Amino acid sequence: MIKITKRAELPKKQEALINAFAIIFSIVCAGLVILILGYNPVKIFHQIIVGALGTEMRIQQTILKAIPLLITSLGIAIAFKMKFWNIGGEGQIIMGAFGASLVALNIPPAVPSAITLLAMSGSAIFFGGLWAFIPAFFKAKMGTNETIFTLMMNYIAIKWVTYLQYGPWKDPASQGFPKIANFEANAILPSLFGVHIGWVIALVLVALIYIFMNHTKKGFEIAVVGESIQTARYAGMNINAVIITAMLISGGLCGMAGMIQASAIERTLTSALSGGYGFTAIITTWLGRLSPPIIMFVCFAFAILLQGGAYLQIAMSVPAAVADMIQGIILFFVLGSEFFLQYKVGFALKSKKKEVA
Amino acid sequence: MTAFLAAAVIAGTPLLFATLGELITEKAGNLNLGVEGMMLMGAVMGFGVGLWTGNPFLAIIGAIGAGAAGAAIYAVLTVSLRANQVVTGLTLTIFGTGFASFVGKSFMGVPAPASVKSAFVTLEIPLLSKIPVFGPMLFQQDIFIYFGYLITIGASLYLWKTKKGLNLKALGENAAAADASGINVNLYKYVHIIFGGALCGLGGAYMSLVTVPVWQENVVAGRGWIAVALVIFASWKPSKAMVGAILFGGLNILGYRLQSMGIHISQYLLDMVPYVATILIVIISTRKNRKEDMGPADLSNPYFREER
Repeated sequence: MIKITKRAELPKKQEALINAFAIIFSIVCAGLVILILGYNPVKIFHQIIVGALGTEMRIQQTILKAIPLLITSLGIAIAFKMKFWNIGGEGQIIMGAFGASLVALNIPPAVPSAITLLAMSGSAIFFGGLWAFIPAFFKAKMGTNETIFTLMMNYIAIKWVTYLQYGPWKDPASQGFPKIANFEANAILPSLFGVHIGWVIALVLVALIYIFMNHTKKGFEIAVVGESIQTARYAGMNINAVIITAMLISGGLCGMAGMIQASAIERTLTSALSGGYGFTAIITTWLGRLSPPIIMFVCFAFAILLQGGAYLQIAMSVPAAVADMIQGIILFFVLGSEFFLQYKVGFALKSKKKEVA
Repeated sequence: MTAFLAAAVIAGTPLLFATLGELITEKAGNLNLGVEGMMLMGAVMGFGVGLWTGNPFLAIIGAIGAGAAGAAIYAVLTVSLRANQVVTGLTLTIFGTGFASFVGKSFMGVPAPASVKSAFVTLEIPLLSKIPVFGPMLFQQDIFIYFGYLITIGASLYLWKTKKGLNLKALGENAAAADASGINVNLYKYVHIIFGGALCGLGGAYMSLVTVPVWQENVVAGRGWIAVALVIFASWKPSKAMVGAILFGGLNILGYRLQSMGIHISQYLLDMVPYVATILIVIISTRKNRKEDMGPADLSNPYFREER
């Protein structure tokens, strides 16, 4: 008879060991699947690494993918810390990009870049925050289910930008092709060491959010509300204010990621700009155990998978779908292995039925 | 008008299957956000098996098996290994999307085989099809759609009239109490999650074999997410799920119809309506605080007997 008991605190060394084992095990299993699909797993993994880190340019491409993922993950981590299941990152990214574009497309090209970019960021944070505020408001006031609410907000945002792209904001100069006008030079983020300065913003945000979550009163309140509403109420916290503040920050960060994508990558607004980062960030946030420094590493590892997968398609004409499947399989194993971190599985000689309390 | 209503029923059928699948899953206390992935797995296996064997029956079995297999992965992770349901569901969607485009790569752009399509010809039901408006709308359809009606009725009867169905609902409300009353919690969860996945697979196959009878990448096109919303829209009732599926199916095709009539409303704005409507329904049902309109109380809480 299999016996399962909850572990007490696990020593750091053992935890690292189980984590490492899970990752190795998942890679081996993903390798088996690749073998079944008719490819050489060693070659595939090697090519993923080469494709993501092989040259300076590829490393830059990998970092470009890690930036939006990391900033969005930080936003989601704050919401998840409060056990507010914000799966609306995708919509908050898009609305942030919309806010940034609202400024970029209307500001005269003569305005200095620094002012334009600051105004774009402010507008992006506002609209991303707004998109998170709406579900947060109803959650705080009425207790509506935020999972579905934030999910629906994604689609409204995507349809809204698609509408703009095919309708009122369509660039007359694009000869009927449904796209929004490109940004002027003053609305484009500058680069540092070959990558747009979004990476600096992302690193600064990792530090800021880490301090916010661990060393400020508001950060502490968010954690308490997440642990137990009753405790928070007993401690005299204004729970509604905590929920709304946390979600404004969460959505604002996602909005910032949208601004960076619109300004530095797309240089315009498109409905596909979020590229699934809002959903992927949920996974990276969870695997990063809601801790900004760990999330940073997980996001970089994910960016390697994304960039390496894209490279596979070009270099070995392996369909991008294989990379998606590998990603899925590795994740399944990592998710499954968390169980072994929290519970101890042993064999009991005699099956002893637990007494019903 | 009647033609539009009939088309709305066709457009709503994949939604109906997926919504019922997710509804049953949620009744077991599990929120599975992998509907889109399971629909894609069903779509590609239904289409692929149909193409290889030319047998519509085997195609359907393939779709059911693929959806159920996806759900089984989810069940192992969330029920036995207690992984986070939201994250696991999203991962299932990533995996299913990759699986479908990989398997479907070789038949990209290939139309569904005629031998399979012939199984989905319109069958008029005697007498019923002669009812004005409702006859042509509901009873001059293909066998798949009638099967959808049967599943809807069956699910309603199961959930409200059978002991197993009542046990299932009890378990979704409070897993610990259900366990104490002797219900095998994990077994119930497994069976219903996998059954729900099979229905999602069927919904996907309807997309690839009937609605868009040509294989294309991402043939399900976000309908899995609408299905998740529809469960709430339907306040977890199969009969309302059917009304909702037809309504949302109709909204999906309304823009093009209006444009052909000379009324110009952007399809993209119309596309927003189902999502806004779902949000309003979530708000209204919470506000009224009516117990029977709310979801299972124990939804998305993992259950572990030793932690009770």
